[in-house]
Amino acid sequence: MWATAAALTAMLSLVVVLLYVVLVNGLHVFWPAYVAEVTRVDGEALLGEITRRATNPDTDEVSFQLKTGNRELDPQRQDFRWVKEKDIRSISYPTGIYVLERVENGNYYGRLERVEGPHVPAAGDRSGDEALSSGVTAVQQKAAEYLGPIARNLAALSHQLQETREAIATLQYRKTRLPGDQHQRLDEQLAEAESRATQLKKQSDYWVALQQKRLAEFRTDVAVFKDASGKSTPIEMLDIVRIYQPNDMGLLAKLGHYVKKIGELLWDNPRESNTEGGLFPAIFGTVMLIFLMAITCFPLGVLAGIYLGEYAKDRHLVRLVRIAVNNLAGIPSIVYGIFGLGFFVYGIGGLIDQWIFPERVAVGSPTFGTGGILWASLTLGLLTVPVVIVSTEEALRAIPRGIREGSLALGATKYQTLLHVLVPMASPGMMTGFILAMARAAGEVAPLMITGVVKLAPQLPLDGDFPYFHLDRKFMHLGFHIYDVGFQSPNVEASKPMVYVTTLLLLLIVLLMTSTAIWLRNRMRKRCQLRTL
Amino acid sequence: MSIALENEQKLSAATPSEGHTAAHAAASPVVQTRDLRLYYGQSEALKGVTMDFHSNQVTALIGPSGCGKSTLLRCLNRMNDLIDEVLVTGSILLDGEEVNDKTLDVIELRRRVGMVFQRAVPFPKSIYENVAYGLRIAGVRDRKVVDEAVEQSLRRSALWDEVKDRLHESALGLSGGQHQRLCIARAIAVDPEIVLMDEPCSALDPRSTTRIEDLIGELRRQYTIIIVTHNMQQAARVSDYTAFLYEGELIEVGATKQVFTKPERKETEDYITGRFG
Repeated sequence: MWATAAALTAMLSLVVVLLYVVLVNGLHVFWPAYVAEVTRVDGEALLGEITRRATNPDTDEVSFQLKTGNRELDPQRQDFRWVKEKDIRSISYPTGIYVLERVENGNYYGRLERVEGPHVPAAGDRSGDEALSSGVTAVQQKAAEYLGPIARNLAALSHQLQETREAIATLQYRKTRLPGDQHQRLDEQLAEAESRATQLKKQSDYWVALQQKRLAEFRTDVAVFKDASGKSTPIEMLDIVRIYQPNDMGLLAKLGHYVKKIGELLWDNPRESNTEGGLFPAIFGTVMLIFLMAITCFPLGVLAGIYLGEYAKDRHLVRLVRIAVNNLAGIPSIVYGIFGLGFFVYGIGGLIDQWIFPERVAVGSPTFGTGGILWASLTLGLLTVPVVIVSTEEALRAIPRGIREGSLALGATKYQTLLHVLVPMASPGMMTGFILAMARAAGEVAPLMITGVVKLAPQLPLDGDFPYFHLDRKFMHLGFHIYDVGFQSPNVEASKPMVYVTTLLLLLIVLLMTSTAIWLRNRMRKRCQLRTL
Repeated sequence: MSIALENEQKLSAATPSEGHTAAHAAASPVVQTRDLRLYYGQSEALKGVTMDFHSNQVTALIGPSGCGKSTLLRCLNRMNDLIDEVLVTGSILLDGEEVNDKTLDVIELRRRVGMVFQRAVPFPKSIYENVAYGLRIAGVRDRKVVDEAVEQSLRRSALWDEVKDRLHESALGLSGGQHQRLCIARAIAVDPEIVLMDEPCSALDPRSTTRIEDLIGELRRQYTIIIVTHNMQQAARVSDYTAFLYEGELIEVGATKQVFTKPERKETEDYITGRFG
């Protein structure tokens, strides 16, 4: 008895520890930490957030890890510094310290000196703080005004250029396939397309040059900051994402900051090789992947389960199939990934490409013959369908014989009995299988890595461009994001918070989806529940 | 023609004086079994049963557990088809039509021969939908017809007054006795000719049992009823004819009064008086 209790306790405490670590580390990431000014015995001053405290087990020396930011100023481009306790003369938390979140190079910690530049409104009698915030707003607004249309033009041009290049590829492909007497017309078309491409290129070059010129102008709008050592650094205002002064913020201001950061996390694109910014494309990819998986695997699994449970006559065959189905659940997921790559991507995707886009295959840019969200979701569906099959069969088997016979004795056919009585009654059980399948699918990363997940997807698989669903596109995924940011990123310390946050978010999404499904199931169950006599 | 109307005609056709005494009158046989044999794989569960079931009479099948009475009952609407490895030989004639004919429409047969089971399990639907189920799957769409048939059936199964205010609530909220009456209502809603009852009271308390027995007495005016029961007193109370089966063989069949008072065979007497079984 005690062994079973101990085993359960061990299990539970492991789960609790895991949740605790994820929650504690994930939740405090966005809380604005105080910035400490650390003065060393040798006179060097450092500004930064104290992120960790460690004791050397041999010497009992205590050291602090400081997030000092200012990466571009450090000779080794380090964000983090370790300082031994005995080297520290004093630690203070002075007011007036700025933390800047930047598009590049991570955070900057320092004190404001002045703002300057052609687009910065005259300071007048405003204080430094106000000048900075109004300056940044004004510069970024103006930049959007000037640069926005240029960027849109460029995007349109590059889209056209892409299309023209594809057209050229198609024409060239056709030329190889058609007899020589038809070449002349193709050659004319080719020449036309090529001249168009050159023209587009020229236009695009013009806009790029203009963009560069404008950007160079905006780059002279800077805020000059002074770091701990007193060194002044001009920081381009376009580069600034967010400014805050944690040592001067009250609780409310901090809360506001926290909420804003979470908003950014949920709705923005990632920055700085995914270690900063938002996770929107990854969240979107994850949820869409699971939905696609659900609509492919659930009907398939339910139908297969119904056949196995109700129609299959041969007992030995059914047993064999059942064993196979159960064993399918035990195959390592990477094997499914490889199968998905071979069967869906290269097999079916390759075939589709050959039928529909032979010219793209010829130039080596396959559409469906490369990883994409469709193939990834089908692979996941394959991986989770056994769970649905087994639970459907079990649910059907659990229905009392009286129900089945009662319906048949009233002159119902087998199909009517299934449709009107058995399937509604088994639906909660099917939902259970579906929930298990969904939870499993949400946590899988390995099979996705070779069937279409990417570190950074330029476009979402669902957008406003016809035909809206772009199931051939590659996508981002929270699980892969954890792996990528945590283990493939060059800056381990800087990416750690993002790993925790992503993990927490993935857990929350899985929790949300499964609890929605459970709620649905309970509602169904209430309707179909059998009370024992 | 609507089902309700048909029922009305049947009602008027059945004379109210037809009670238990009518058992002795020569009623026409509706169902005739001739040398009916049934095998479960190797073992023979029915060993050549030949008997008649009479129209608008209650026939009770009695006998010890495993004697084949339920099996016989389930032969009459081919419910044994659902069990694998069952082989039936011999003949069952329903109004002269061969039931065991493989080309017979089983669906149609089951509509004519309804069945009530030992454990009443309503469908997880509303009371109304439970009763209307048979009509719906038969393709009856007319709301008025369904409404009427549901009310008729519930009235006949003596459930109407208890459930008329909550027809659209789940049938699962009813009590065990009500479940059984609901299943009877469900079976008679499609207006069968014969109602088979497989130990309909064995899971019920005495009060519910009395209600079901009274109900059977009412229903025999319109339907031919064949009931399997373990309870001697029940067989004596509700049936006109009694058949005693033992180890797959029909030992004796006759008017209930005669079987219970002057059995012809010694096995019957032993069983009825409780010497075995």
